[in-house]
Amino acid sequence: MTFALSEEQQMLKDSVDRFVAQDYGFDVRRALAESDLGYSADNWRTFADLGWLSVPFAEENGGFGGSLRDVATMTEALGRGLVTEPFVPCLVLGGRLVEMLGSAEQRQAILSPVIAGETQLALAHTERRAAGNPACVGCTVQADGDGFRISGEKHLVLNGPSADLLLVSARSGGAERDRQGVDLFVVDGHADGIHRRDYPTIDGLRAADITFDTVRVEGAARLGEAGSAIDAIEAVIDEAIIACCAEAVGVMEVLVRDTVEYARTRKQFGTPIGKFQALQHRMVDMFVAQEQSRALLLQVIGEFQAGGTEARKAASAIKVHVSRSARLIGEQAIQIHGGMGTTDELHIGHYVKRLLALEVLFGDTDYHLDRYAALIDSAGQDT
Amino acid sequence: MTESAMINYEAFRAEVRAFLAANLPDDIREATRLTASMFPHMPTAIAWQKILHRQGWAAPHWPVEYGGPGWDLRQQMIFREEQDLAGAPATIMQGLFMCGPVLMGHGTKAQQDYYLPRLLSAEHIWCQGYSEPASGSDLASLKMSAVPDGDDYILNGSKIWTSNAHEASHMFLLVRTSTEGRPQQGITFLLLEMDTPGITVEPIINLNGVQEQNQVFFDDVRVPQANRVGAENDGWTVAKYLLEFERSMSYAAPLKKRLRQIRRSASEEVAADGTPLIDDRVFRRKLAEAEINARAFIATEMRVNEETAAGGSPGPAASVLKIAGADARQALDKLWLQTVGLNGVPLQPEALVPGNNVGSLVPDHALTAMATWLDDRSTTIAGGSAEVQRSIVAKAVLGL
Repeated sequence: MTFALSEEQQMLKDSVDRFVAQDYGFDVRRALAESDLGYSADNWRTFADLGWLSVPFAEENGGFGGSLRDVATMTEALGRGLVTEPFVPCLVLGGRLVEMLGSAEQRQAILSPVIAGETQLALAHTERRAAGNPACVGCTVQADGDGFRISGEKHLVLNGPSADLLLVSARSGGAERDRQGVDLFVVDGHADGIHRRDYPTIDGLRAADITFDTVRVEGAARLGEAGSAIDAIEAVIDEAIIACCAEAVGVMEVLVRDTVEYARTRKQFGTPIGKFQALQHRMVDMFVAQEQSRALLLQVIGEFQAGGTEARKAASAIKVHVSRSARLIGEQAIQIHGGMGTTDELHIGHYVKRLLALEVLFGDTDYHLDRYAALIDSAGQDT
Repeated sequence: MTESAMINYEAFRAEVRAFLAANLPDDIREATRLTASMFPHMPTAIAWQKILHRQGWAAPHWPVEYGGPGWDLRQQMIFREEQDLAGAPATIMQGLFMCGPVLMGHGTKAQQDYYLPRLLSAEHIWCQGYSEPASGSDLASLKMSAVPDGDDYILNGSKIWTSNAHEASHMFLLVRTSTEGRPQQGITFLLLEMDTPGITVEPIINLNGVQEQNQVFFDDVRVPQANRVGAENDGWTVAKYLLEFERSMSYAAPLKKRLRQIRRSASEEVAADGTPLIDDRVFRRKLAEAEINARAFIATEMRVNEETAAGGSPGPAASVLKIAGADARQALDKLWLQTVGLNGVPLQPEALVPGNNVGSLVPDHALTAMATWLDDRSTTIAGGSAEVQRSIVAKAVLGL
């Protein structure tokens, strides 16, 4: 593996960095986060025009054929701008899952408008009782003539309010936490029997709690084989973990950079507070945490491509490490900014709130420590 | 713990409990349930203080001569515990814990006679004007000027992080009356009415989206010199005296409350395998660790209180309490947030407004977990940052 960016990745990074620098100042971000939609439809079209929406998808599906490293390069840059546009919810959790499970026909029909920026996707999978366990599916599906009927509730559906199409997991067999028996369907976001409760999340994004009241879908709406969707769902969540951890690295970079800058300029006791050793050491710890997160991220992306057990360990490892680094960096960024750090006015708290949300999305630290622990090879394979 | 053989503490507890059951109104209890802040919901806290005042219990820690009930430390602790368990609001601290003790220690007889009864009855609500934009941790560098003019001072400048200024009738504050000598030597302690001409209060919205803090601007504000507490240029002595009381407000009660909140959330949430979280071995280990830490702190606070009762002002020990108390509190906030999991993510500030009818997005037990985590960031910043507290202990206790 290599830690350095390829020429293409450098271009992607520069392109997103330029967008953030020119079009995504914090005041712009704040206004978008407070708007009804929660992001800018114009920006989304711009993303499509720039080809960004095609990056995660294979060329045969109309994509750019980008790697997870390419995606992570972009989400890290988006993180620096605290961008609210639903890149990971629509493209990774939605689009990549269609790419993994869909037939050629389904991929063509769904992904083309997604890449063109005309369709928004959302994965309606997480349920209230899941506690991070991706196999926890209480929603049920029953055959209904040549189609199906879906019933149950989904919780905290990211990008749910904007979704034209929902990818909905439902159980055709087995008990609540069995890995077998989970199906995945593509459902019109406005179908009869769908009741959505939309809300903003603490990080300024949008989510929905969605109730499916015997929602009717056609037979062709199922993605993949009956009862066997869970591996793909878990795999796409792991991809989202890596993409979001990259985003978190971008968020942390801004927090460390701006905290150091503040400590250089804020004076108390006649001297910049950055001259106090107690604060210096803490900022060094923040920096070390950031650098280690970045290095581990790049390393696990390499391991992730191999798939299987190592991929799952890789995703859990980066989730645990980034969550811990994010805690340290977020808490200290507020603390060192003093009273200003506790205000809504300054950008710092908003960056920290994004880290707080990322920490509990897709399984929290305890869940991923447990998953990693269960996957440790007793033969003592090198890491 | 100071205990008296003459007092039947269990009977006292029963008396307090019966009073609370009969007198704490539902709307006050509900507002308290929805409060994430260390500051109470002001309208209901005022109403509650008035109810307590009628009973003679508004200031459990005040001496009898000033209107306190004459309880010993153990009774005060029992009262706080029972109040908290019953869901009563936190004490409005700027008055009863800060301004009151200062007036008892440094005020004139006239000031005591005028202010203390009104403070007790919640007719006057106080806020604290200490920090300035360029003077936070380094409080002694404050610049707000007070120039003598006849019988008055004329004030110009600005105070910041003034909690509850928008709800207060009065402010006690530090002003600069001299620039000679050490910065501490030119500071004076004043009292003023918030409706004095020339005062403007600008809100500061916190990370919860709530107005709790303010910046207050002073433009040629006239304050009678009779409102000075202590001598001119001797305000630092008064401020230090007050800070010791501020730093010694109980952290134990909120810790106990947080532990109850965590246990309740853990009873209602599940682990990844579907078992109740409270039965999960890893979670229980974390809860045990948190409880042991909290108990160590609670024991320390009781010890300091006992020494204070025997010898007056708490002194630098107050900084020890503030350091350990703030850390313990933030550690519990973190565990609570982890316990409620995804329930911390939806943003619904309207669900925390007393009397709302919005239908919460998250279960009751999780309603204030994220807001509390965010609000409690200030426990290591306000009232002297954790860094400044450590410097005080290093210097005053360890002699470094």
